[in-house]
Amino acid sequence: MNQRAAILSLITPAYLWLALTILLPLSAMLYYSFLSDVPIGNREVSWTTENYRTFFEKAFYSELMLRSFKLGAEVTSICLLLGFPCALALAKSIRGRTKEALFLLIILPFWSNALVRIFSWTMVLRGNGILEYSINWLLPGTGPLDLMFTYPAILLGLVHSYLPYMILTCYISIDAIDNQLLEAARSLGAGKLTILFRLIVPLALPGIVAGSFLIFIPVIGSFMEPRLLGGRNGTFIGTIIEDQFTAVFNWPLGAALSFIMMGLVLLILFGFSPLVRRLK
Amino acid sequence: MKLRVFLKFFSCQWLIVLILGGSFISAAEIRVLNWQGYGTDESWALEMFKERTGIEVVHDYFNSEQEMLTKLRTNPGVYDVVLINSAYTGQAAKEGLIEAIDTTGMVNVGDLSPSMRNDPKLVADGKTYGVAWVWGVTSFAIDRSDFKNAPNSIEALWDPSHAGRVGWRDDAVEAVQLAAIALGQDINNPSDLNAIRQKLRALKPQIRTFWSSEDEWNQFISANEFDLATYWSGSASRSKNAFGLPVEFILPKEGAIGWLDGLSIPMNVPNRNEAKAFINFMIDPDFYVKWDTEVGAPTSANAKAVSMLPPDAFNRTTFSDSKKVANVQFMGPMEDGLREKIVELWQETKTYFQN
Repeated sequence: MNQRAAILSLITPAYLWLALTILLPLSAMLYYSFLSDVPIGNREVSWTTENYRTFFEKAFYSELMLRSFKLGAEVTSICLLLGFPCALALAKSIRGRTKEALFLLIILPFWSNALVRIFSWTMVLRGNGILEYSINWLLPGTGPLDLMFTYPAILLGLVHSYLPYMILTCYISIDAIDNQLLEAARSLGAGKLTILFRLIVPLALPGIVAGSFLIFIPVIGSFMEPRLLGGRNGTFIGTIIEDQFTAVFNWPLGAALSFIMMGLVLLILFGFSPLVRRLK
Repeated sequence: MKLRVFLKFFSCQWLIVLILGGSFISAAEIRVLNWQGYGTDESWALEMFKERTGIEVVHDYFNSEQEMLTKLRTNPGVYDVVLINSAYTGQAAKEGLIEAIDTTGMVNVGDLSPSMRNDPKLVADGKTYGVAWVWGVTSFAIDRSDFKNAPNSIEALWDPSHAGRVGWRDDAVEAVQLAAIALGQDINNPSDLNAIRQKLRALKPQIRTFWSSEDEWNQFISANEFDLATYWSGSASRSKNAFGLPVEFILPKEGAIGWLDGLSIPMNVPNRNEAKAFINFMIDPDFYVKWDTEVGAPTSANAKAVSMLPPDAFNRTTFSDSKKVANVQFMGPMEDGLREKIVELWQETKTYFQN
């Protein structure tokens, strides 16, 4: 009995905090998503499901949703392809001082403001910018790259912002793999590729899955990077939701679109849950 | 060593006393809500105003009319003066966001052109909800270094020789109204939204990127991202005079979007008299002539102020020529239903723009 009281007193603050910071604002938004108008000032509002119906009636919303999910999948895959080898090298090949220095370099981008990072990318990418200038200086006659305001520019900005998550989560699970296991495999004649795909990748799967979700979920809702780097090609469901809150003042529709996005993310999470359960 | 530390500490204390004292002594501080860099926040003007009245002015900014309305709705009793495009003044008054202004004692109100002072968008039931401040037009401006001859048609925005070099403001109403001008439709009540949709879709190969603030517009022009871009007349003269950019504003033969901006006082205003003094100062010829000649401004609603501009000023020559402004259509209030349709049309068009 005493132990139960102790546990309760220990976890209550955490749950209260969660309720206050996550559930309360979320339920306010859920409430908004069923209103006909924003209940501020002298406005008459009524209950409606129209905001949700709009999404299914207008084809372009689902088109943008799909586009955002595609962006999320691409950014996550690129981060995995770049981040996993990086984490593997950090965990198993590099030791001592060098490791500390490399970790610092990985975390360094987190110390600067995200907006500043994106604005510096605009200076690098734009016509006659730093990147174009350096490439033309190294290889004269390459001509303009024209990367600014394109889809690849958005990919570049997002991968740069989110790569550290993948490296760090993969590092933690690779680092936990016992070196004796790898030696045993090697002594039994397993090649490098066999060890990688039959031993390291399966054992590091929790880190890969965690990193993927940490990246995928914010990327599908991103709006700042697409807006600043994508130009005409920077319209996604995230920017449309942002429009509803800042430019159009249709909070109910913005809230409804956010909840539809959240529902789809939850569906994907459930789809992965057998995999996650097997990991335990 | 100890003495130095002591002195340092001592001088710091004095500084704190001075700062705190200063804020206690100053008579009043008013908070103005406006677009950034749009006249009310010129530092020389605020100094001039403080000299005359002792009132300090601080600013808050918005990037769209809807954002301005949101700020008024969610922050009652915070702002003293707000700039409202007259197309939205009626809505703001109806929602109870702004109060009727008693203009007695505001000496410069008498010099406003009567048609603007009494504009039905600003005055309802004989009550003034917005004091006419400046007016201008929205069409587009060109970077002169990218053009041999300045175009005279709005079709320049659709000209394939400037494909991928057009800047466009990411604003549903403005986008649809510009297309309506190009198609010869009424901007406040477009007759054929489908034709407008097709016209906007034709912009896909043209648009480089969207801009949302004057500051951003200037940066894109100086980084040579645009040959031409939609713009506001007052801002164009500012880009030219204050930032030295090779910019020329075009008043197309098809017409342009006209707007009249008024200054209003929000409901539950903290400092009503100071707010009225500020509005009166904003329509004063002393302020306007300096603003237009040294910085660049739209056309003042104060006829006396416009007549005091140099004879070759853009705001005197272009906008006094009744033939050139004959096709300008003024923005009026818009029904919520039509606005929703327009917003949806623009979002659908932006989706179509994706490669």
